[in-house]
Amino acid sequence: MNLIAIKAIYIFEMKRTFRTLLQSVVAPVMSTSLYFVVFGAAIGSRIDQVEGVSYGAFIVPGLIMLTVLTQSVTNAAFGIYFPKFIGTIYELLSAPASFLEITAGYVLAAATKSLAIGLIILGTAFFFVDLQIQHPVWMLAFLVLTCLSFSLLGFIIGIWAGNFEQLQLVPLLVLQPLIFLGGAFYSVSMLPELWQTVTYFNPVVYLVSGFRWSFYGLADVPIGWSLLAILGFTAACIFIIGLIFRTGWRLRD
Amino acid sequence: MTPIVSVKDVQKTYDGGFEALKGVSLDIRDGEVLALLGPNGAGKTTLISIICGIATATSGQVKVGGHDTVDDYRAARSLIGLVPQEINLEPFETVMNTVTFSRGLFGKPRDDAHMERILRQLSLWDKKDAQTKELSGGMKRRVLIAKALAHEPKVLFLDEPTAGVDVELRRDMWETMKDLKSHGVTIILTTHYIEEAELMADRIGIIAKGEIKLVREKEALMAELGKKQLVVELSERANGIPESLGKYDLTLSDGGSEIVYHYDSRKDRTGITRLLNDLQAAGLQMSDVRTEQSSLEDIFVDLTKGDAR
Repeated sequence: MNLIAIKAIYIFEMKRTFRTLLQSVVAPVMSTSLYFVVFGAAIGSRIDQVEGVSYGAFIVPGLIMLTVLTQSVTNAAFGIYFPKFIGTIYELLSAPASFLEITAGYVLAAATKSLAIGLIILGTAFFFVDLQIQHPVWMLAFLVLTCLSFSLLGFIIGIWAGNFEQLQLVPLLVLQPLIFLGGAFYSVSMLPELWQTVTYFNPVVYLVSGFRWSFYGLADVPIGWSLLAILGFTAACIFIIGLIFRTGWRLRD
Repeated sequence: MTPIVSVKDVQKTYDGGFEALKGVSLDIRDGEVLALLGPNGAGKTTLISIICGIATATSGQVKVGGHDTVDDYRAARSLIGLVPQEINLEPFETVMNTVTFSRGLFGKPRDDAHMERILRQLSLWDKKDAQTKELSGGMKRRVLIAKALAHEPKVLFLDEPTAGVDVELRRDMWETMKDLKSHGVTIILTTHYIEEAELMADRIGIIAKGEIKLVREKEALMAELGKKQLVVELSERANGIPESLGKYDLTLSDGGSEIVYHYDSRKDRTGITRLLNDLQAAGLQMSDVRTEQSSLEDIFVDLTKGDAR
C-alpha cells in the first residue's frame, strides 16, 4: 500500500482548497444561509409544522444534504478532471500507485472539503432555527458516508467528462432534480400516492430520509434501508472506478 | 549484464486501427545514454508511454530493473522518471509544492535536502515559491525535470527535452544530463536533433514507422560516418580501371565518367595525393574533383525515407 502517495494527493488537493477558500467554503455557506432566510424565516413562518417539527428546522437536514451532495460531486469531479485537462494526469498514470490509492487521495480530499462545508452549514443553521439532533453519531455517520459516496460519483464524472460543459452537466441536470425531488424540502408522505411510489426510485430520498431521522427521528423510509442504499451506492462507485482503471477508459489511450 | 529496461515484441494498435508500434524489441543497458531518433509519428512517444505505464501495449512485454511493468508495476515504475514532451504543469501551484507532490506520489518520504539539491542543480531554487504559470518556458521544462528526479529514479526518460528550447538552456540541459549519467542514471532521450544524439548518447537507436531500424554504438556509427569518398570526374569516359591503379579501392560510376575512391578521413594518410598523381600518370584527364561524406543525418533520412507525415 502506497500510503505516502495517498497522503501526497490528499495534501496537494487540500492546498488547492485553501488557496480557493472563498470559492470553496464561503460561497456554499452563503447560498445555504439565503435558503434559511427565505424558506425558514420568511415563507416557513406561514407554513404549518411538518410532523411536529417547524418547517425551518425540518428543511435543515435536506439543505445540508443538497449542498454536501453537490459539493462532493463537483469537488471530486474537478479534482480529477483538472489534471486530465492540463495534462498532468501522466504523472498519476506513471506512478507506482494503484487505482484505489489514487482514488482514495482525491476522494478523501473532496469528502473532507464537503464534510467541512456540511458542518459549517449545520453550525450556521443554529443561528436561524431551533435545532435538535437526536442521534448525533448517526448524523455524523450519514454525513461522512454521503460525502464519501458522492465524491466517488464525482470522481467517475470527472473521468468521464470530456469538457467543462459535461463536467457541469451531471450536477446540474441530474443531481439537482434528484435532490429537490428527493424530499429535501418536504416529507414524501405529503405527495399523492403515485408520486410517492415514483419517489422511492430516487436514491437521494433514502439519504435525506436517513439523515433527517438522525435529527428528529422522522423518516420516510426505514433507517436500515437508508443505510443499505448508501453502502450499496458506495460499493457500486468503487466497482466502477476499479473497472475504469483496469480498462484505462478515458484515461489511457 | 542484464538490461535495466527490456522491451520484447511490443505492439501497439490504436482503436482506429493505426499500428503505432510493430513488434519493437530493445534492451537498454544500465547507466547508458540511449538516444532514440525518429521523425514525428514514428512511435517514440508511444514506446516511452508504454514503458512508463501511460499507455497499454496491445501485446508484448516490458521489464524495468527485472520487474514486469504490468504484473509488478509498483517496483518497475518506482525506478522510472519521465519528462514528457508537452509542458504539463499545475499553473497555480508553486514549484516546491509540485515537486514535493511528485516525490510523494512515487511513495518516497519527504526529503528537504534532496529537494533543495535538485532545485539548485536545475537553477530553480530562487523560484521555489513562484507559481509555475509565472515561469518562462525553459524554466517550466526544468520544473518537469525536477519533478521526474524528485523520487531519485534509476532510469530517466526525456521526451524531446530540448525541443523549442534556446541554445543556452539546451547547453544547461546537456550539462544536467551528463551530471545524472555520472551518478549512474540511465537516460533515454528522444530527439529530432542529430547533434544532440551525437553529443550525448552512448548508443543511438533509429525508429521509424513503428519499428526500430537500427541500434548501434555511437562510436561504431561515427566510424562508419568517418568514411568519405572522393569522386573524380573524367573528361572522357573510361572503359575500366587502369591496371596501374589496381592497388586503390576504386569503382567506376556514372557510366565510366566518374572514378570513386573510398578513404577514411580520420587517418593520417588518406592517399589522395598519391592517387591524383597516379591518375595523371595513367593518362586520365580530370575535369572536376569532389568529396562526399554520409552523415548520421543521411543514414537517418535513408532509413526513415517516406515516413515523415
